Amino acid sequence: MIAFYLILLLPLLGALLMLIVGGLKISGYCNIIITAINFIASIFVTSYFLHHGPFTAFGQQFYVDAFNILMILLTTFTTMTTAIFSNTYMWHNVEINRISRKYLLFYHFMYQLFTLVVLIALTTNNLGILWVAMEGATLATVLLVSMYHTKEAIEAAWKYFILSIVGIALALFGTILVYFSATQTLPQVDTRILWSVLVQHANNFDPAIIKLAFIFLLIGYGTKIGLVPLHNWLPDAYSESPAPVTVLLSGLLSNVALYALIRFKILVDIALNNHLTGNLFIGFGLLSFIVAAVLLQRQRDIKRLFSYSSIEHIGLIIVAFGIGGPTATFVGLFYMLIHSLAKSAVFMIVGNVIQQTGTKTLEKIRGLIKSQPELGWGLIIATLVIAAMPPFGIFTSELMLFITCIKFSPFLAIILVIGLIIVLAGFLSNIQPVVYGDPTKIIQTRTCVLPAFLHLGLIFVFGIYIPATLHNLLQEAVKVVI
Amino acid sequence: MESLISTITVLILLTAFIFIMQDRIQNMINTFVGQSILLATATFLQALKTDEIEFYISAILTITLKSILIPYLLRHMVRKLNIRHKVATIKYPFLLLIGAAALVLFCYHLIIPTKTLSWTETNNVIAIAMAIMLLGMLILITHRKAISHIIGFMSMENGIFLAALLATNGMPMAVELGIAFDVLIAAVLFGVFFFHLRHSIDSLDVDRLNLLREDIE
Repeated sequence: MIAFYLILLLPLLGALLMLIVGGLKISGYCNIIITAINFIASIFVTSYFLHHGPFTAFGQQFYVDAFNILMILLTTFTTMTTAIFSNTYMWHNVEINRISRKYLLFYHFMYQLFTLVVLIALTTNNLGILWVAMEGATLATVLLVSMYHTKEAIEAAWKYFILSIVGIALALFGTILVYFSATQTLPQVDTRILWSVLVQHANNFDPAIIKLAFIFLLIGYGTKIGLVPLHNWLPDAYSESPAPVTVLLSGLLSNVALYALIRFKILVDIALNNHLTGNLFIGFGLLSFIVAAVLLQRQRDIKRLFSYSSIEHIGLIIVAFGIGGPTATFVGLFYMLIHSLAKSAVFMIVGNVIQQTGTKTLEKIRGLIKSQPELGWGLIIATLVIAAMPPFGIFTSELMLFITCIKFSPFLAIILVIGLIIVLAGFLSNIQPVVYGDPTKIIQTRTCVLPAFLHLGLIFVFGIYIPATLHNLLQEAVKVVI
Repeated sequence: MESLISTITVLILLTAFIFIMQDRIQNMINTFVGQSILLATATFLQALKTDEIEFYISAILTITLKSILIPYLLRHMVRKLNIRHKVATIKYPFLLLIGAAALVLFCYHLIIPTKTLSWTETNNVIAIAMAIMLLGMLILITHRKAISHIIGFMSMENGIFLAALLATNGMPMAVELGIAFDVLIAAVLFGVFFFHLRHSIDSLDVDRLNLLREDIE
């Protein structure tokens, strides 16, 4: 239990510490140490969970079950590896005077604050606090997106800011409608905003209000996830922000928004007792998948290319949750974890590539495998992972998704395969010349590819073998979600 | 008391309509102050009705945050950026007004088919709150200057606050404080952005933000 409070306290203390040391060289290492301790603490929380089952803390205000324990592990792990990566990356930026020391302090402060709000969002039992934390995560990252102060960065941050806060305001309205249904059926004032209480009484809720609430929640949190047609901000924000921020946005924030949406989906499914939410998920998921697969073909910017791949994968994850049932939900959860690991690895490598070559334009980056072998290999492996080639984890999850799709609707399976071929073609045609071909001039800087390879290694392992503990956790989480 | 609160909610809806037709920044801020004072009055009346201490706190919070602090920040920015003149011309103001009216009707249409089917005061409040929220979105869509966007967003927030206040008897205090804090941070961030935008595109006209787009030939 102490470990549980620790995972929330550490980032808070970390943020305060960063106010003092944030601008110094040592701050990057402090960042690594804090996030590493946090990861260890989350392992203790997991072991506590495995022995005691779901538990609440702080007078029911926090609730931990198999679903969020997976997300907590993923979050603390990714913040740790990103901290290792960002240490080298951000310090280089300071050395070449791209950002000032003041901004380094701001970055480290926000890094810890972001970790804090994301962990609050994942652990809270209170749906209102969940919203506050989601909004907090948005506000914490907005100024990180515009960190380089270029015209493009400011435009991207503005778009991200406006779309996110408007979207998330709609999600608040949805939350209030859910709370409104609860006030009509539940007498106790204190507990009727708690998810664990609502889920037991959801079958008494007014279906009409709940339906309306879900639409608002889907639009609201869907904007943060980056569902088409609310995805407009995503490629801009991902491509213009500094690499570690892109990793946080793509690897963590979209996952947390998806987590919030699924928590509500569980409630709404019980209240409505039909397949409405599932159908909406499948529709939006497929649309995102197809649009992203097509737009991905013609990107000239390496980070935009991978941003569209984020939309595409998230689309498929949503489809998996939409199909529902034990197998598809298992796929969805597994896919969520693997995609998060893979996407963070990709953006870490791409961040290194951009720092080495000084450009984001695909045409100007050539022959990485000769000039920078570890980056070249990293990029080609990461691309194969993200394009769902065997034997990596994404292939496994897409294969499982394909099999469940055939049972659910063969037509869906056909669209899936065609889309995946288009995506693969897009990636290979864009990335192949970047990796092979005649090398272009590069700037020699220190690279940090270790965390990316750690992620890729994990994805490789999970592609062929899921450890028993993880399998257990996933099975437990499936029981929560369906 | 009930009818007084109803009247105030309708007046808040009216202020949302005023925003849509408004093209001067100074007037927009003044209208926002009016809207927030109305909201605080509704909260205060609710506090008198239910006699719960949380509503008194909430009313004080609304007054200080939304009708004093945020308008002060806005006026400060307007003075500093020297943009007291016209905001923007709105294209087709009357079509916009008809659209806004249709939006209100649409909100009522959505709220009517609830389980009880009886027309209660609560349904009315939810429909109006939803309308205020969507009208706030309409401001964000139709106004092209960054400074109107903050007003649109705050108006949305006021609509949502109204729904929470009257339909659900207020969210728990911790949540309400969290929301208020987030709104304040958002307002500050808007301010930061005004200076960024002024610096990078030499204008607060968001139409000029057009570097990043998919060029589909």
